[in-house]
Amino acid sequence: MTLVSPTAAPAPESASASPGPAPAPPERPRVWRAPPDKRRAIVVGASSGMGAALVRQLAREGYRVGLLARRAELLEELAEGCAADCAKSGGALLTRAHDVSDSAAVAGLFEELVRGLGGLDLLIYAAGIMPEVGIDEYDTPKDLSILAVNLGGCVAWCNEAARLMGTQREGTIVGISSIAGVRGRRGQPVYGTSKAGMDHYLEALRNRLAEVGVHVSTIRPGYVDTPMTAGLGLSGAISAERAARSILRAARWRLSTCYVPFKWWAVAAIVRNIPSVLFKRLSV
Amino acid sequence: MTEAQRNGALPTSYEYVEGWGMAVGAHSRVLRPRSVEEIQASLQIARRDGVSLALRGAGCSYGDASVNEDGHVLDISRMNRVLSFDPESGIADLEPGVTIEQLWKHSLPRGWWPSVVSGTMYATVAGAAAMNIHGKNNFVLGTFGDHVLSFDLVLPSGEVRTCSRAENRDLFHAAIGGFGMLGCMSHLRVRTKRVYSGDLWVKGVSTHDLAEMMAYFEAHRHEADYLVGWVDCFGDDSLGRGLIHHGRHLRPGEDADPQRTQSVAHQELPASILGFPKREVWRLLRMFNSDRGMRLVNALKHQAGRVEGHKGWQRQAHAAFNFLLDYVPNWKFAYGRRGRRGLIQYQAFLPKETALEGYTDILRACQRRGHVSYLGVFKRHRPDPFWMTHSSDGWSLAMDFKVTPANRESLWACCDELTRIVLAGGGKFYFAKDLVIGHQAMLRSFPTDKRQAFLHLKREHDPEELLQTDLWRRVFTESERLTAPA
Repeated sequence: MTLVSPTAAPAPESASASPGPAPAPPERPRVWRAPPDKRRAIVVGASSGMGAALVRQLAREGYRVGLLARRAELLEELAEGCAADCAKSGGALLTRAHDVSDSAAVAGLFEELVRGLGGLDLLIYAAGIMPEVGIDEYDTPKDLSILAVNLGGCVAWCNEAARLMGTQREGTIVGISSIAGVRGRRGQPVYGTSKAGMDHYLEALRNRLAEVGVHVSTIRPGYVDTPMTAGLGLSGAISAERAARSILRAARWRLSTCYVPFKWWAVAAIVRNIPSVLFKRLSV
Repeated sequence: MTEAQRNGALPTSYEYVEGWGMAVGAHSRVLRPRSVEEIQASLQIARRDGVSLALRGAGCSYGDASVNEDGHVLDISRMNRVLSFDPESGIADLEPGVTIEQLWKHSLPRGWWPSVVSGTMYATVAGAAAMNIHGKNNFVLGTFGDHVLSFDLVLPSGEVRTCSRAENRDLFHAAIGGFGMLGCMSHLRVRTKRVYSGDLWVKGVSTHDLAEMMAYFEAHRHEADYLVGWVDCFGDDSLGRGLIHHGRHLRPGEDADPQRTQSVAHQELPASILGFPKREVWRLLRMFNSDRGMRLVNALKHQAGRVEGHKGWQRQAHAAFNFLLDYVPNWKFAYGRRGRRGLIQYQAFLPKETALEGYTDILRACQRRGHVSYLGVFKRHRPDPFWMTHSSDGWSLAMDFKVTPANRESLWACCDELTRIVLAGGGKFYFAKDLVIGHQAMLRSFPTDKRQAFLHLKREHDPEELLQTDLWRRVFTESERLTAPA
């Protein structure tokens, strides 16, 4: 990768940018204390579901957002869909195709995006996969690929953000984990493991960075209507847009852990306290 | 197989790299070589990427001496092994990233103390040599460079040259104090000083004004090992009132148990201050970090100094005496820690003939403009042979100024006035501290012959100007400015 001079004006390559000078953002910033010059975000896993909803929300708030996902065409569609909001709010989107399991590419991409955005105030890791797993299936390559995307990608991206934000002593990192990480359930052993791993990692990062004023939020969504959960027949699922609003509110309020929607806090509290002797008999 | 190959790829990361005072910084790719080969590889990476490379030790320079908005940063802190130490001669062979802390912890139990140390023990020896730092004993032992016997310098071409007073003399005298513009030091041989105790005798002397302080320094500088003055810059009727700390080494036999006092445990700084955990003390300091608060703190300190002045000679550990800046971790955060808030240190060097008048004018100018330093430190200096040195037969007054986005412009305007006073007095500046002077101030303060010889070496060894920092561009790019833009 050829490094561009950071003194050059950041110029998104495939960006849906607003023409002319940026007007004042119409919406109150959703992220805590985010003045107009501190609205620079990266969303990893932005092509669909909560990631895409977060991008739409941030675009409306005048953010410059770096979007990453495997499917470039979906990112382009999303950027086109946000063009009107960006024009109104002064936001801009910068898209890059990226497979999060390719951790070797992360450092270069991270630097390129931060230079393009002119800095970084918020990183959201929203990438995740949950392939169908049979009750008697023990497919190691498949399981490792889940870990690579859900946990490996999270570590690779958040490590880069932690180093940068730690040295600049400000910024917010948000990791979208899952209620599935609370206990080891028979249906998705590795998906749950990856989310439990995320929880542990994000908590450690939060404790490590708190001293320098960088905040790390762990989001544990319950049932959210996304392409990943389509076909699971989840009753009572909330929309991805609503989940995105809650996630940004958690970042704004600097919540350590946030259940989305909040009722899942109670569910998690109950599930966490079911004795193992009973839990292994439950078909969850 | 080289060490670099054994250890895998060159460690790099993309970070915010700032001056110690936090008033300036930039995002840069930071390369952390672990060997000479990796230093050479780092030079190649910068060349390949078409960007410049700044050299950085522990980042203890207050301003932009190791900040590079236009390129990469080479951080030598991972090359930090003490290669050898001779307990007979006190000579140490060091990798460049060895810190002063590592050095004294290695040497003191063997009866040696680094000849010259800064107010913080976290600076690296290569950084100390490249900035040619001084301590509270500058008038006796000179600068850090005076105690460097030799070093290996990796030139921008990748060639390694050994430099000493006998070999590559020009490079030796230019690279010490050359703020990393000629090459990267990869190995240093440094002389330490014999001591007979881990303690010093220290006496506090309260002074009514600057003239009294200077008179004390002059009267005692031939027998003192250390002299440093704290100055209350808020003092109105007694301008420059303060407190001198006068230190001297214990003589052989004076310490009944040198093994104990020379142990690292004896030197450790206290873990708490007035019962507060040290790491959190900066939050308390923040409450006083305003003109009104610091006026009060300075006045209280002056009164405490008067009491201390009656105590006479006290024994104090070397570390406690020398590393005042490390007493309260992160105390600089009291000045703010985000959004280009922080502090700058303006250190004005004046020859002895013009010092009193110059510093009086400086303190009055600060008070008149409403930019009073929260901390003033006064020292005596002596000349040294290094080409770009800040030191001369005279004095320095270092002043810490709070920087906020709101006061930046007016603070820089105040510094412009101070720079004019310094130049009128034939004074100099110190790149480890400076963040404000412009090209014209540099032209007028550094001797023409030494400056031109330095630039000639720079052109010879770095014709493409691969090694650059914000400091280099601010001060050495031709302009009509006396003071850089805020």
